[in-house]
Amino acid sequence: MDDSTLRRIEADPNYQKLVSERKSFGWTLAITILILYYGYIAIVAFAPDLIATKVAGDITIGIIMGVALILLSILLTGIYVMRANGEYDDLTNAIVNAAKIGGKK
Amino acid sequence: MKTLLRTGALAGALSLAAGAASAAGPIEAGSIQPTNWNAIIIFVAFVIVTLGITYWAARHTRTTKDFYAAGGGITGFQNGLAIAGDYMSAASFLGITALVYTGGYYGLIYSIGFLVGWPFIMFLMAEPLRNLGRFTFADVASYRLQATPIRAMAATGTLVTVAFYLIAQMVGAGQLIELLFGLPYLWAVVVVGILMIIYVTFGGMIATTWVQIIKAGLLLGGSTLMALLVLAQFGFDFNALIAKAIEVHPGHDKILLPGPAVSNPINAFSLGIALMFGTAGLPHILMRFFTVGNAKEARKSVFWATTFIGYFYILTFIIGFGAIVLVLTNPAYHVGGDVTKALLGGGNMPAIHLAQAVGGDLMKGFIAAVAFATILAVVSGLTLSGASAVSHDLYASVFKGGYADEGAEVRVSRITTIILGIVAILLGIVFEKINVAFMVGLAFAVAASANFPVLLLSMLWQGLTTRGAVIGGFVGVISAVVLTIVSPGIWEAVLGYPKGSAWFPYVSPALFTMPLSFLCCWIFSVTDSSKTAQTEKAAFEAQYVRSQTGIGADTAVAH
Repeated sequence: MDDSTLRRIEADPNYQKLVSERKSFGWTLAITILILYYGYIAIVAFAPDLIATKVAGDITIGIIMGVALILLSILLTGIYVMRANGEYDDLTNAIVNAAKIGGKK
Repeated sequence: MKTLLRTGALAGALSLAAGAASAAGPIEAGSIQPTNWNAIIIFVAFVIVTLGITYWAARHTRTTKDFYAAGGGITGFQNGLAIAGDYMSAASFLGITALVYTGGYYGLIYSIGFLVGWPFIMFLMAEPLRNLGRFTFADVASYRLQATPIRAMAATGTLVTVAFYLIAQMVGAGQLIELLFGLPYLWAVVVVGILMIIYVTFGGMIATTWVQIIKAGLLLGGSTLMALLVLAQFGFDFNALIAKAIEVHPGHDKILLPGPAVSNPINAFSLGIALMFGTAGLPHILMRFFTVGNAKEARKSVFWATTFIGYFYILTFIIGFGAIVLVLTNPAYHVGGDVTKALLGGGNMPAIHLAQAVGGDLMKGFIAAVAFATILAVVSGLTLSGASAVSHDLYASVFKGGYADEGAEVRVSRITTIILGIVAILLGIVFEKINVAFMVGLAFAVAASANFPVLLLSMLWQGLTTRGAVIGGFVGVISAVVLTIVSPGIWEAVLGYPKGSAWFPYVSPALFTMPLSFLCCWIFSVTDSSKTAQTEKAAFEAQYVRSQTGIGADTAVAH
């Protein structure tokens, strides 16, 4: 990528929008999963009895939390993919096309 | 029983991701099972189909891109299945079921740790990885840094990770097959080694991917069927299953607790870090991101992989509890027909016995064959990633300075595959008696402490320089290896020093070595005022634009 193309892309408002939105969205979700998981590990380490507390018959808080974490992992990746494959890819295509047109002069 | 639980839990620590057949307990001498013809016939059918695919793939494997990345023509869904296949090793299946069987809830903690790495990879790594890399993660790390030292470091990280993982798989495979099929250990290791060499040498990534996809389908199908058969015995009432398990397990209500191995917070967090971030540094997993055409397909791959892996872990939890009820109390599955004695075939066999309990000999044969196929597929993926580190990173980039002829590079790759296959067979024979748990623990710790920090920082942090990355990476590899050796898992269990003499008292070093590696990357980068460091920092801008937009990245699929 030559220098002028680089400058042009960086000046593209679509590019700035893509980068800032994806960055904040990606980090928000990443921090969410880190907090959820290490929160869970903290409960495992510091409050094991809570894990074994029964809530419905013999089903415990721990089992519910565990299954919920698995489902949330799938859900969060799904949410990210939906947004990225729609919104972010539209922006990316616009940026790529603009860069191509600009490149021909 | 208490000691049994504890040994199982500790020995099982970290051993599950690979083919750790001996993780959850000793294998009883003389408990080799009679030749299982159902299993052999189903397995032979699998081999014939996959060899057919390899023959077809070989005719489409000419360029380096075909060999390493299946020509970039794998779809997101297919790649998601293949990633899940790489990840759901025989021991995820046998090992986690065995952990649930002995420790109850403890097994679920592992499953979750193995899964949560995936969302993290998705949110921060999948897209830049696809947009910057071609064949190996070293492509990404060396994108703006100096190729020679970075690739040497990345190839070291890759080969160390792959070697430990491979030994665990080979040893696990040998033991498993000896027990499942009634084949001698030596035969089992040689069969796995030779089939793997054929798949990878002739079919490259195309064959490896399809072997992985077929196996993932079989494993998911087989586990689903088993979980359904278990639940059917309880009128599809999960609560009734748990109630019965609590009643018959000697630990009773204790099986709902996290268990002794994670009662120490440092152990719990260290394990959590190794499992989560180790995933994001496993070279054979990272390599899969280059088999798809673009960032969009890479994202879909992660989504499907997460879905399949998550679903699979929920199944293993049900299967494990099913085994407590149906295997633990049945004398037919225990040595000498005595339920207080060890399981026939050793501690990793609950799932196999359960298959027999719910579906008879045919089901057992099917599950045994799937377990063999699983090891074979994972070993192939590992070998391909090791071979690519040698041919692409070391041969083409370091020795030939990036000007290797493509045909020559593929040839080097194939030769390396054959050598790695032979080495794997030999290691499998030499290490027959070794505790595979520590090998896999090491693989995950090295991946989390060396590959992951360098890769993440190279993509996201402008300030990273060659000096920082090389020092941080090597410090990660060395500290993880050394601390694992002086931890109880090796120092006491393998080297035989007295209990309590291990210098490093925790199950996994990752809590310390991963931050140490990040710290070294940072310190030796910010203090690096060399001219090349300036150039490298300046080059981040262009790299970042490409990582965000994919402009300049291979468009993978042939036009």
